[in-house]
Amino acid sequence: MLKYFADTLVYQVMNIRTGTMLGEALDFFFYDTMKVFFLLVVIIFGVAIIRSFFPPERSRKLLGHRTEYVGNFLAACLGIVTPFCSCSAVPMFIGFVESGLPLGVTFSFLISSPTVNEVAMVMLWGLFGWKIALIYVSTGVIIAFFSGILIGKLKLEHLVEDYVYRIKTGESAMTAPTWIERFAYARDYTRDIIGRVWLFVLIGIGLGAWIHGYVPMDFVLKYAGPGNPFAVLIAVLIGIPLYSNAAGTIPIIQALVEKGLPMGTALAFMMSIVAISTPEMIILRKVIKPKLIAIFTGIVAVAIVIVGYLFNAIL
Amino acid sequence: MKIEVLGMGCSNCNKLYQNVLEAVKQSGKEIHVEKVEDIQKIMSYGILSTPALAIDGVVKVAGKVPRVEEITQWIR
Repeated sequence: MLKYFADTLVYQVMNIRTGTMLGEALDFFFYDTMKVFFLLVVIIFGVAIIRSFFPPERSRKLLGHRTEYVGNFLAACLGIVTPFCSCSAVPMFIGFVESGLPLGVTFSFLISSPTVNEVAMVMLWGLFGWKIALIYVSTGVIIAFFSGILIGKLKLEHLVEDYVYRIKTGESAMTAPTWIERFAYARDYTRDIIGRVWLFVLIGIGLGAWIHGYVPMDFVLKYAGPGNPFAVLIAVLIGIPLYSNAAGTIPIIQALVEKGLPMGTALAFMMSIVAISTPEMIILRKVIKPKLIAIFTGIVAVAIVIVGYLFNAIL
Repeated sequence: MKIEVLGMGCSNCNKLYQNVLEAVKQSGKEIHVEKVEDIQKIMSYGILSTPALAIDGVVKVAGKVPRVEEITQWIR
């Protein structure tokens, strides 16, 4: 349906001849753009509705009294459905730790929350298909699970700022929202996200379409193909400072995958973009000591690198 | 009436603060608006996500930025 629409727009309305390079690039651009925006609106709206059922206060309650491994797994899953923005990282961290949740479980949550990013999921779904999107989500959960367990085993409680343990949290008396409120929330949330990412999506898809048409086939293969053993490592190191721009990066990655970039390298690159973000680290500095930030970043980075090599080997 | 904007100074907290000021201005009422940035105090409200808004000590919303019209409803 969308394909037909893109074809009509390019070849009939704009009157460009079929088979030309320009026509194909435009067709590609319009088709991808429509598909991605359609998916963004539908899925983000759906995700927001699900999220309205899982405010962090509820997630904390669900996590209470869980043993280590079950707790880590549940925390990694709840990290996906609990709405999270970096401005809430501090109160959430304090609230979790203060209610007696083990540090490792708290970290499983804190890692999965940004790593499994709904915009990234939609972009992967739209441009690579649902299988890759599913692999991405489950990998995020697995990384959060194991990283949290490792942090728990390292006994790093002394690296949490002392005042965190002294804070007393109160009880909130917030009532559950009505369906009308859930829809209003989902609508505002979707509008907010689209408003923030649309330009990057367009630029990304535009650049992707350009690479698709004009960059030579063996270009990527030469530098980042399976022949380069350091490719995953370098991809992750480049990805860390490129925080929060999965929307613009994924279309470019897609074009590069077409030119021979291995899927594992691509996924590792993308995950390092969303999982480790500098602003979040700066905010977390208020509750944990720099050493713990370094350990946390290191563990997640290593986990992503391992996953990248693993997928290059099996995909 | 007293409105407290709870948040540690992120961009969403400032957006909420602006919305509150706008709603108060539109209502024409004498309402004291205060920014609460101390984490200890924020946590005492039992919330886990910011920005949040409390009217006379009762949390109305947490973890999102309500629109001006919504705030207007609460302070009517």
